[in-house]
Amino acid sequence: MINIYEVNETNKMIERENLDVRTITMGISLLDCIDADLTRLNQKVYDKITHKAAHLVKEGEAISREYGIPIVNKRISVTPAALIGSAACRSEEDFVSLAVTLDRAAREVGVNFLGGYSALVSKGMTPAEELLIRSVPQALARTENVCSSINVGSTRTGLDMDAIRLLGEIILQTAEATRDRDSLGCAKLVVFCNAPDDNPFMAGAFHGVTEGDTVINVGVSGPGVVRTALESVRGKDFQTVCETIKKTAFKVTRVGQLVAQEASRRLGVPFGIVDLSLAPTPAIGDSVAEILQEIGLERAGAPGTTAALALLNDSVKKGGVMASTSVGGLSGAFIPVSEDQGMIEAVTEGALTLEKLEAMTCVCSVGLDMIAIPGDTSAATISGIIADEAAIGMINNKTTAVRLIPVAGKGVGESVEFGGLLGHAPIMPVNAFSCESFIARGGRIPAPIHSFKN
Amino acid sequence: MKKTIITVVGKDKVGIIARVCTYLAENQVNILDISQTIVQGYFNMMMVTDASASPKDQGMLSDELDALGRDIGVVIHCQHEDIFEMMHRI
Repeated sequence: MINIYEVNETNKMIERENLDVRTITMGISLLDCIDADLTRLNQKVYDKITHKAAHLVKEGEAISREYGIPIVNKRISVTPAALIGSAACRSEEDFVSLAVTLDRAAREVGVNFLGGYSALVSKGMTPAEELLIRSVPQALARTENVCSSINVGSTRTGLDMDAIRLLGEIILQTAEATRDRDSLGCAKLVVFCNAPDDNPFMAGAFHGVTEGDTVINVGVSGPGVVRTALESVRGKDFQTVCETIKKTAFKVTRVGQLVAQEASRRLGVPFGIVDLSLAPTPAIGDSVAEILQEIGLERAGAPGTTAALALLNDSVKKGGVMASTSVGGLSGAFIPVSEDQGMIEAVTEGALTLEKLEAMTCVCSVGLDMIAIPGDTSAATISGIIADEAAIGMINNKTTAVRLIPVAGKGVGESVEFGGLLGHAPIMPVNAFSCESFIARGGRIPAPIHSFKN
Repeated sequence: MKKTIITVVGKDKVGIIARVCTYLAENQVNILDISQTIVQGYFNMMMVTDASASPKDQGMLSDELDALGRDIGVVIHCQHEDIFEMMHRI
């Protein structure tokens, strides 16, 4: 039988080390809502979401209460809206009306974010997909809970440089459209390479077309638990560090598996995956950067950071994989700057630069995440940063993403406050040399060769 | 039978067990096992209970025990056994 020490260990993780289930995300397919009539499309979308997710929040809260584990977010992901709206939407405004419907449905069922205002354009854009991308600034300015993601490349297809060029402009327009809220709209827009179909985390969640009608995906968290466990092995060798992370990741993931099974049973929706991510929050002690410090770095960004992050990311996966029947999503350590107190401090003190962050994304999920840059950054520069990050994903067979916030009207030395889980961020300098002619070329970067791996 | 784990942590004083047990008895919750220690003056108790005969559901018991804990001046948690089983047993 379970003993008092084990019970205390679990409760200590929850109470003092911020162990929580970060999100229960219900994926809902909207493929059966497609209609050539915009009014009917909006009605069907609203009805399906509010019907399928009617009990999501209530059951999530009940599970949280009965097991004594916080479940921070209840969310929804839907089929990429560019597909759903392709028959009915003839203008940007038509797509915005779909975003407003998604927002209304999210509010009705009480979830805090709904992801899937998305387009998958890794090889090319259909007219509808291009319209959706062009509608993103208005869609994000006129909704509260809708998140958008655009997949611009993959290992199999290469990179769609036309979409990447367009997104540089769209990100700037989104920043401008939400200028009064410190360009918050950009925090809800992710540009992916190799986007997974079953990611439960926002802002990049969408319900892939390969998925079933509805599914429950769960994202776990627990950077604080890992850091505390590492405190007990200070000065020990790397094998010991990795073993400690693996054991801790196993325990954390088991809780996610339990919650996922229970949510699936209660809601009568199949269980999809557990996403084994270390997702930081701005709360003290809930930081991935602090884990890197505990491994032995003065600050995140110091030499050794990439290696430390690589071992952390790999050990989390090794420990977590056995704890769940099915693992998916992004699964790794997140390094969002504004959402991680240790990252914010590292940037403020000058330890961490955009270039080092880019290197770090080669060995962890997900990418350049929640990074505030000057509002006067050019569209081509933003496209260039996206292209670099997408190229890392394409060549290395991994998911990478970019979520940059060019804060309208602000520059280096200033900071932005997004509030809540999105946190606050110092504005980081960007390399000032131009990539204008590179981005202006347009077209496609072909898929990489899958042989001669070196 | 679904077992429920009740934990009580707080500054030691007279009557903690009595009040918790009285509440459990009044609500038809059977106590299967109790272990208790005092660490640096802090009272630390774990009970394994069976609440299947209770007219109240677990969410309600959990809320009421939480309120009782605040009244006594200790922290009481009431959780399904599964969360501990999942984490500590393969």
